[in-house]
Amino acid sequence: MVKVANINPPKIIPALLDTTSKCDKNNTRLKIEKLNVSFGKNHVLKDVTFNIKCNSITAIIGPSGCGKSTFIRCLNRMNDIIPSARITGKIILDDINIYDPNYEPYELRKKVGMVFQKPNPFPKSIIENLAFGLRLHGIKNKREIEKRVVSAIKSAALWDEVKNRLHDSAFSLSGGQQQRLCIARALAIEPEVILFDEPCSALDPISTAKIEDLMINLKQRYTIIIVTHNLQQAARISDYTGFLYLGKLVEFGETTKLFTAPKEKLTENYITGRFG
Amino acid sequence: MSRKLKELIIKSILLFCALSSLLFLGGIVIVLFTQGLPILKYVGIGEFLFGTHWYPTHEYAEFGILPMIYGSLIITLGALIFAAPLGILSALYIAEVAPFWLKEIMKPIVELLACIPSVIYGLFGVLLIAPIVQKLFNLPIGLTAFSAAIILGIMVLPTVTSIVEDALSSIPKEYKEAAFAVGATKWETMTKITLPAAASGISTALILGIGRAIGETMAILMVAGGSARIVFSFLKPVRAMTSTIASEMAETVMGSEHYYALFGIAIVLFIMTLCFNFIADRISYQFHKKFTATR
Repeated sequence: MVKVANINPPKIIPALLDTTSKCDKNNTRLKIEKLNVSFGKNHVLKDVTFNIKCNSITAIIGPSGCGKSTFIRCLNRMNDIIPSARITGKIILDDINIYDPNYEPYELRKKVGMVFQKPNPFPKSIIENLAFGLRLHGIKNKREIEKRVVSAIKSAALWDEVKNRLHDSAFSLSGGQQQRLCIARALAIEPEVILFDEPCSALDPISTAKIEDLMINLKQRYTIIIVTHNLQQAARISDYTGFLYLGKLVEFGETTKLFTAPKEKLTENYITGRFG
Repeated sequence: MSRKLKELIIKSILLFCALSSLLFLGGIVIVLFTQGLPILKYVGIGEFLFGTHWYPTHEYAEFGILPMIYGSLIITLGALIFAAPLGILSALYIAEVAPFWLKEIMKPIVELLACIPSVIYGLFGVLLIAPIVQKLFNLPIGLTAFSAAIILGIMVLPTVTSIVEDALSSIPKEYKEAAFAVGATKWETMTKITLPAAASGISTALILGIGRAIGETMAILMVAGGSARIVFSFLKPVRAMTSTIASEMAETVMGSEHYYALFGIAIVLFIMTLCFNFIADRISYQFHKKFTATR
């Protein structure tokens, strides 16, 4: 892995530390049970069932169109926006099925943050990008907002690069900086889980390395799920890997085992580059 | 014919077509100013712009156009007060809330509203709006600034709605997704992300709406009542600059004071619309600069 010297280790803020406390005795953060998703007649995910462990990085790999993005977007109910989406099955977070009709998606999204494929900061200043989410969740005190913004930007290893220009437009940052700002935006609302939907696919190798380092640091405090088409990336950073193919979870297990001794022939063919 | 020559000929033809707009604009400016400026020989510029009496055919003629400037502005302002909230909110509904099939029906309907000839709006105003206004406020006559403002508001509505709708639809869906992802509701996303991001488009829509409203002639001529006196009431007849030109031009003798005065009004109108366009341009440029360039 490319080592980049000037990444500051994130300064851990005590208030953020207790996110681990909500894990159950099996150390499971999310239970996914018989998840099925279809868009109109297109059945995209088929009976996906597995558990995601606390404070780990879980990578979802698979060829284009296998349902990776659809899957990760189920975890914060982002697919709700698409009118034709039909979702059945359960995803259990903190003992509650997030697809329970009474469960409000915006409450869920406070617990489950997301970073997208293309850096998508708001057309606002750097500080406003983070303050926006905080205000939504009822934090109005200016000092409190500032404190949280600064600590989130520090956690996203972006502080040194932006500390003198917090009021500049977020668009004045480079692509990699924008993506770290998006990570900071997700961190600011103090979620339990952070979803990364191919976060490095629009970035250069150095920015990618920074973000990978950052994710490894962040797993001490958060449960991280990453969708990636980059097998090396999955192997480098994840603890667990799931292989999705044509909407089915072919194999799920510890990353080292999956990449060195896959149980399924299909997995082996994919990771050795015979298709995909 | 060599290919190089062909290229040159095509290039020249295209250039000529592109320059034609400039040519027409130049022609209009020349006509306006040569026919309008001579009025200053008869009245001073201050008296012309700020005089309150318009008696063009009197023995001692007076050419004060302030009543008409006031009439145009008050009707336009009223139209904007009517059309801005209605237009922005309906655009928001069409762009952000409506299901796909309804959007497909609503957009053409809004655009159809823009195709109706203004004389028909005038008829509609005279027959429907004016009597309602008359009854509602218990007035001697229903042809008032208020009625004109409503008619004009309806006419401006499609302009405002479709430009705002375009502006909202062009906001990248990534912004909305990002807002949802930090826990914003649909309403919060619309008001705090989508609308501010579309602010330049919205201002442009409003200013183009003003431009359209201030230049409108026929419907205003029919509905506004036509009194060239300044009355600081929304519920009295007023007269706009445009309708004055349209209704009096036929009665004037070419080269008379009255004739020059009407062209003088046209110059004022032209400059005002030019200003609105300039402001719209600046605003959209400012927003563009703020959010795209580095710093």
